[in-house]
Amino acid sequence: MSADQFVQYLISGLTQGSIYALVGLGFTIIYAVTRIINFAQGEFVMLGGMLSFTLAISAGLHLVPALLLSVLIATAMGAIMYLLAIRTAKRASAVSLIILTIGAAIFIRGIAGELWGVDFVRPPFFTGRESISFLGAYIHPQALWIIGTTIVVTILLHLFLSYTMVGKALKACAISPRAAGLVGIDAKAMALIAFAIAAALGAIGGVVMAPLTLTAYNVGVMLGLKGFVAASIGGFKNPLATVAGGIVLGIVESLAVGVDWGPFTSSYKDAIALVVLLLILILRSGRLAAEERES
Amino acid sequence: MLAKIKSKWTYLAIAALLVFLILVPFDWFLGQYKGLAIFIGISTMVTVGLCLLMGYTGQVSLGQAAFYGLGAYFSAVLSKTYDVNPWLAMLIAAIATGGFAYVIGYPIFRLRGNYLAMATLGLGLIMWILFRQLSQFTGGPDGMAGIPYLSIGSFVFDTSFKRYFLVWFFCLAILLISQNIVQSRTGRALRAIHGSEAAAESIGINVAQFKVKIFVLSAVYASLAGSLFVHHLRFVSPQPFDFLASVKLVVMAVIGGLASVWGAIFGAGTTRILSDELLLSFGEWDIAIYGLILMLVMIFTPEGLFVKLKDVFGRLRLRHSERGAES
Repeated sequence: MSADQFVQYLISGLTQGSIYALVGLGFTIIYAVTRIINFAQGEFVMLGGMLSFTLAISAGLHLVPALLLSVLIATAMGAIMYLLAIRTAKRASAVSLIILTIGAAIFIRGIAGELWGVDFVRPPFFTGRESISFLGAYIHPQALWIIGTTIVVTILLHLFLSYTMVGKALKACAISPRAAGLVGIDAKAMALIAFAIAAALGAIGGVVMAPLTLTAYNVGVMLGLKGFVAASIGGFKNPLATVAGGIVLGIVESLAVGVDWGPFTSSYKDAIALVVLLLILILRSGRLAAEERES
Repeated sequence: MLAKIKSKWTYLAIAALLVFLILVPFDWFLGQYKGLAIFIGISTMVTVGLCLLMGYTGQVSLGQAAFYGLGAYFSAVLSKTYDVNPWLAMLIAAIATGGFAYVIGYPIFRLRGNYLAMATLGLGLIMWILFRQLSQFTGGPDGMAGIPYLSIGSFVFDTSFKRYFLVWFFCLAILLISQNIVQSRTGRALRAIHGSEAAAESIGINVAQFKVKIFVLSAVYASLAGSLFVHHLRFVSPQPFDFLASVKLVVMAVIGGLASVWGAIFGAGTTRILSDELLLSFGEWDIAIYGLILMLVMIFTPEGLFVKLKDVFGRLRLRHSERGAES
């Protein structure tokens, strides 16, 4: 691998990793506030991308309102999912909740497959398609949009959690739901907000990603899993660590694809994230077990 | 609750089930559904393992299809490509799959709850990717055909009618073995682990070892089911062992009530009938409706449909016997 190639792989890893980071943030927020792993998280990425295609191409809306509307609709669906499915399942055990969110994911995917068919679609690029030369490598303008959006969203989320009343209440819930309840924070309202924010983050990832990577009704499965790996690397607590986890995963995947593995061709790319996931979980098992006992 | 004394009703129910199972494949009864019934038997075998694992140790596995698939592919490759006797292939598959579960069991079962769910999910997906990618052995995404039938001497299991009895023989044997395990010292140890790991540990139960043992047992069950599956269809492809398959298996176990070995038949039966028969009438909407049903079952009967039904029947019977006592 030459230096130019290395930079090229680094850039594509950073781009891909940014998406993982956005999905991972959704996992982290929901898990921190509710201790639920939302297996439907990847579906909101799919919804964002598919909705933006429908609104911008099929409905012919201007790009900016189309993108905003896509994220808004997906956010509303995240909130609806919490209200209709999660909140009504009061007696559900951890296993039941896992199956419940998987059921929601299958439901959303099934409807998407019917509405949009099974083909890949490409929403319009935000700005042009001429790649920009950079350190001997090429970078697509849409990749800049992806990386830039992730940076802006991460900063906004950080400010929101640190300096607003609602953000601080979310944080309080994450640290101790009972203590938060004692000072008058409505845990259910916080859970609703967490699901809505997570859906919004996923959908934002979906709309910025779709023009570059294309999108279809079933892209949510793998993206959800990668996002989960990002959140695992980050430890499910700290949003910034999750973003770092996503970017590390993206770069590792990208570089691993670039290296010649002989019989282990790049089709094993998805397996890399899974092996990383297993290693992290097992290496951290002592600490994770202690955490589960606390909560 | 669990250590209940067997009433005459339980024996009657089991006898009725046996008679029903023997009659199913005859054409004048439910003969046209014997294909479905074979799959229910195969699914039940995997589900029983999951029931033991989830219901009695409180541990979840979202990757059970990996072991199911390993059994299937070991049997398929050994018996077709390497001409190994199918029964021997089945045995090798079970030992290899069990050994694999043993090796990964110790590190993986240091995890709990959501993390264990994710680790097993990852494991299942890695296996699925391997089934697809190792195409020089497995035939890749297109799969491989021409796997031989099982046979005993000159008696070949070449019709669904014969294979129905073969599959259900294995299935009932596994159910009986599992029932015995549940009621043995091991079963009590497992329930203690489910109740409280710390308490179980304090009275001398080696928690980690028991969990791994049950994990290995469930893997062996799944492997046997996978072997029977390929010798029934004579075809194997990665699709029946994907993530959705693992989810469906967990659903079968949950609907069957987790803490009930016989509930596994009910769980596997309802899930299979639903996804293989009833949902087909919804055409292409079947996946969405499956997801919807999954959500509804989890929302309204998180303890499992089978347990719920048993409660309802139990209450009816109680009312019936009270009335009997009055008159």
